[in-house]
Amino acid sequence: MVNGVRVAIATTFDKLSSRSSIKKLVYVGAIVFLVAFILLPPMLGISFKLDLAQQVLSNPDLLKRAESAIFWSFTIALSVAAFDLIAGLPLAWYIARGRSRWISVIDGLADIPFVIPTVALGYSMLLFWGSTGPVSVLGFSILPGLILVLLLHFAFSFPVVVRVMVGELLTHSVIYETAAKTLGAHPFTIARTVTLPLLRPGLIAAFLLAFARSLSETGATVIVAGVFENGPVFIKNANDAGLQGPMVLVSFTLILSSVAVFAFIRLLGNRLKIPINRVYPGPEARLSSKGSVDLRNGLTFLIFGFFVLIPSIYITFPAMTALTDGTLQKALSGVGVWASFWQAMALSYSIGIIATLINIAAGLPVAILIARKKIGKIGTTLLDAACTVPIVVPSVALGVSLGFFWHSIGFLPEFWILVFAHMTITYTYFVQAMAAAIEGIPTEMEETARTLGSRPLHVFRKIIIPLTKYSFLSGAILTFTRSINETGAATAVSQNLKTAPVLLVSWVKHQVPVTTSDIALGIAFLVLTSFVSLLVLRLIIYRRKT
Amino acid sequence: MPTLRLLNVTKRFGEIKALDDLTFEVKNREYLCVLGSTGSGKTTLLRCIAGIVKPDEGDVYMDDEKSNLIPAEERNAVYVPQTYALFPHMNVLENVMFGPLAKETKRSTAEETAMRVLKLVRLDKRADAFPSELSGGMQQRVALARGLASGAKLLLLDEPLGALDVRLRLELRSELRKLAKESGLTVIHVTHDQEEAMTIGDRILVLREGQLQQHGTPYHVYNRPEKIFVANFVGNTNFLEAIVDHRNKEGGVVRLRDELKVKVLDSSFEPEEAVIVAVREEKTKVTPEPRVDQPNRLSGEVVEVHFLGSFIRYTVRLTNGDRLAARLPVHEEEMGIKQGDWVSVNFDPSDSHLYEYPPLGLQRELEAS
Amino acid sequence: MPEIRVEGVKKSYGKVIALNGVNLTIKDGEYLTIVGPSGCGKTTLIKSIAGVVQPDGGDIFIDDNKVTSLPIEDRGVGYVFQEIALFPHMNVYDNVSYGLMVKGITPLEREVPVEEMLHMMNLEGYVSLYPNELSGGARQKTAISRALTSGSTLLLLDEPLGALDLKVRTVLRYELRKLVKDLGLTAVHVTHDQEEALSVSDRIVIMKAGKIVEVGLPIQLYMRPKEIFTAKFLGEANFITGEIVEKTDSEIEVRVNGSILRSNINSEADLKKEEACVMAIRPEFINLSLEPAENNSWACEVLSGIFVGDAMRYEVLADNGLTLLVKTPITGEETSFARGDKIYLSMPEDYILVYRQPEEGLEKALSLE
Repeated sequence: MVNGVRVAIATTFDKLSSRSSIKKLVYVGAIVFLVAFILLPPMLGISFKLDLAQQVLSNPDLLKRAESAIFWSFTIALSVAAFDLIAGLPLAWYIARGRSRWISVIDGLADIPFVIPTVALGYSMLLFWGSTGPVSVLGFSILPGLILVLLLHFAFSFPVVVRVMVGELLTHSVIYETAAKTLGAHPFTIARTVTLPLLRPGLIAAFLLAFARSLSETGATVIVAGVFENGPVFIKNANDAGLQGPMVLVSFTLILSSVAVFAFIRLLGNRLKIPINRVYPGPEARLSSKGSVDLRNGLTFLIFGFFVLIPSIYITFPAMTALTDGTLQKALSGVGVWASFWQAMALSYSIGIIATLINIAAGLPVAILIARKKIGKIGTTLLDAACTVPIVVPSVALGVSLGFFWHSIGFLPEFWILVFAHMTITYTYFVQAMAAAIEGIPTEMEETARTLGSRPLHVFRKIIIPLTKYSFLSGAILTFTRSINETGAATAVSQNLKTAPVLLVSWVKHQVPVTTSDIALGIAFLVLTSFVSLLVLRLIIYRRKT
Repeated sequence: MPTLRLLNVTKRFGEIKALDDLTFEVKNREYLCVLGSTGSGKTTLLRCIAGIVKPDEGDVYMDDEKSNLIPAEERNAVYVPQTYALFPHMNVLENVMFGPLAKETKRSTAEETAMRVLKLVRLDKRADAFPSELSGGMQQRVALARGLASGAKLLLLDEPLGALDVRLRLELRSELRKLAKESGLTVIHVTHDQEEAMTIGDRILVLREGQLQQHGTPYHVYNRPEKIFVANFVGNTNFLEAIVDHRNKEGGVVRLRDELKVKVLDSSFEPEEAVIVAVREEKTKVTPEPRVDQPNRLSGEVVEVHFLGSFIRYTVRLTNGDRLAARLPVHEEEMGIKQGDWVSVNFDPSDSHLYEYPPLGLQRELEAS
Repeated sequence: MPEIRVEGVKKSYGKVIALNGVNLTIKDGEYLTIVGPSGCGKTTLIKSIAGVVQPDGGDIFIDDNKVTSLPIEDRGVGYVFQEIALFPHMNVYDNVSYGLMVKGITPLEREVPVEEMLHMMNLEGYVSLYPNELSGGARQKTAISRALTSGSTLLLLDEPLGALDLKVRTVLRYELRKLVKDLGLTAVHVTHDQEEALSVSDRIVIMKAGKIVEVGLPIQLYMRPKEIFTAKFLGEANFITGEIVEKTDSEIEVRVNGSILRSNINSEADLKKEEACVMAIRPEFINLSLEPAENNSWACEVLSGIFVGDAMRYEVLADNGLTLLVKTPITGEETSFARGDKIYLSMPEDYILVYRQPEEGLEKALSLE
């Protein structure tokens, strides 16, 4: 009986989906949502308070600080992205093209810094490079400041870069490299004359991702910055001091300039022609030899291990200690500071789930529009670009703007503003994952299904979803995880409510009486979520491969 | 069981006209082969009929009903693309049941229908297999079964045998036609293989750059090609540039280069008009010595000899520089003609056709696009 | 230039055996084609010669040098991929000059050889175009030019004309052979198109299920195939099982379904009386007439007659119960028959091939898998 009802409901909706008026309604609705909730609030919010920026312009000290913060944000972002590319490419190559048994191990390890919430990463690095950490044995230590920020940003963008490039190397066809071999080219020559040029879109994408992450990240940077200030740190400090003017100015500048730099690199990158005119077979053959390759791999492993992996997982030591020194009992019983911790976790989780669900519902139609280019070439490009805006803009600036927007609207409770903020930041991840997956399904399959009598919704349910379910799930999991780990926007928006990462940052800054064990354990709990998600993701992907 | 009618159908993609003012009719239960090269518009044609793509101008009538506003899922015309588009996440049975289930048939009925159709294509034993486990020939049969089971009366096949081995193609040709005829379907089968089109089709429609070149039975299209393009695309033809010398009761005489004269039976052109003389390669004969009883005698040197299995093809360069090719069945090749030999070339006037000299030149006219 | 020797090469992918001990010698300067059904191993074989695939066993020699473990880039073998694989980020000029560039030759020094090659292949107008802007034929020619310009003397071609329309293929295949011969190269060309193989090869290799079935000149393999699979795969053939009645040096007499067939070809030298055998005769060698002929003539009824342009394909049922395929070329002087006509067929003695009954059974021996 229940089945019959289900079928009847499904059939009714299926029939509706054939009508072009209904189809238009769904798509237009999704685009309206995109504009009204994702695009406009950040852009308008800032503009409401632009006059406050005047405050800063008349204060030379503040102005100087603001300028310095913006300058350093971009300098750090650009250099870190470049370093990541250079150091990450050999590792990506090894994972994608290598033939050793260790590859899946390295592959997994490379993901770790990506999945750990940046708060955890920041604290871990603080301890690792600090005066009580293992490096101090060598006679020096790196205290909070510019250098530590550079090391941190290098570490957390490294896995992003590697992941993107592994993906590109795996999908793009090996046949071009084989063809080059039949023409007598050595591996090194092939890499620079064939593979890298073909990889260019991927390299640009990876660079921009690392760049965006560096510009945007707040939580960890705050932890390791000390008195140094980049954009996000400055904004947080201004927020803590209650100075809205500087917040607005720096946010505004960051938003505009990041969009500009992005567009510039995107457009220019693809046009840049690197002439490949000469090959030096002798030296290039030597560079392709086993010895050279081993040296290169060795170096990249060294860099990866010492600068990225170990500093990232160093936090496990204090976390282990916390398990045995009584902190665990304190935590589980919700005593003292731990009460607010669990509240914060509950908040983060609920925001994460709600934001993810909304993104799925609102993002699916947009993903279809982009993947199937239903609104023409120009329309699709615009739509795609519009979806990219939330990740281009530094999340803390986004948060500031959103905060202004929704507070000026007045009636929205803080919980919902937090939900909207997290939703805005993670919207793109889901849309892009689904769009890519749908694009991978040949249109012929949908067309044939329709001629067999299947209505659009029926095609969607029986063909598209089953074939994209892995991307669907990974998109959803990534969105959820990203939301849990978000610090910047939450910091900017929240006045009374604190999400878990924000709470932890305040712990690290000793704004609340806590021990190292407390912090380590708290971070460990947060990391646990991410690890579980990562595990589930890996299981899904491996099941797909078999 | 529909009759299909296209009236002035035009479809543009940007500047290019994929379909250009197409008008034709398909009879009930007819097996029509649409013949054309890549880019001729044949896939767009199928997609217009299926409803996947809407024509910019003109109408498609199915059973005398204007179908422009009917969505694809309601047209009862199944589209089978060249890649078959079998659903990879469903096994053979589920693939075949998809059509009936989409049309709200009860599950048990759908399964019955599917198994019945699978028996027809001899794949009932592989109902549990997944598409990736099947060979190309089997996948093709599943795609057909899926179309049949959906209850559609019009089948639109896009190069159904294109992805298969040459040998398999020959075997499956007759099976395909038999299946369609036994199920009482109307079929539009698109291909670039003219031998395939002639063997399978009740009628052939030749398409070039979206325009209809000729529409008729295989016999008709082969023996009375209305355009130079058709004469070249279907079968193998020699073309000679000539000028009409004079006309008489039986037809006339045309002049090739160097004043070589050829008798023809066509008197529809004026003297001094530029024409093209077309003769099929199998109707062109070569002999070591001139045969006095033949009306058209040309001679030349054999420049190429190619063994092609059941026949041998000789390319002869005539005294005036023109080239002709002649095909001789292998078992008639007792004359031992070799490359470099001097031979006599002749053909019967009744085997030649005259065409108006194409304004853009012969080469351009022979090109597919 | 080089001579290639393949000795006992084996290759498996998991449970699937791609090459099952292949032995082949390719002569210096030879144009060799390899044909066979899908999955027969022909592509795996040339990939092994190129080094793209590493054999599990056996050796490969190029001009007496063992290259089996040499990496691809050191073998000096030009390869044209089925997927064409032109570098998408380079234009035609850069693609073609790639082979020279990787040898360290300066842009200036590269100009002459590259431009010569482009001129030979008629690609001068396309130099600054990118692969995605080219037609199928132009892309194919560019891929071939690229392989040739790298200076290799051995050319391996994997379905080089596969992506092209029939008409373009038939012209390009001769151009390709001419180029190879003019340059004095050794070429190995893999194809599934038999007519292509027959028309351009010095020798043809027939493969099935990872093994070489037969190697020979085109006309040998077509007229006097030693193996029954060759008779089936190259061209078309009717297969008739029977029993040997009489056997002399010049003639074999076989009883088939009560009738007698005589052949004067001695394909299988050591067949004995009363042994089971299989005879093969190609459809184009069977004659149909209203009157019985002298030898090997059976009464029959026409089951179907299809017009295929230059020939009629008949299916006839002989009075002794056998169904045969007959192909009669249309040259204008014969009568055509219709379904139901009662006529006579005859098979000339010198076109009937006789084979020993295959151990694995006729069906398996002839299957394409």
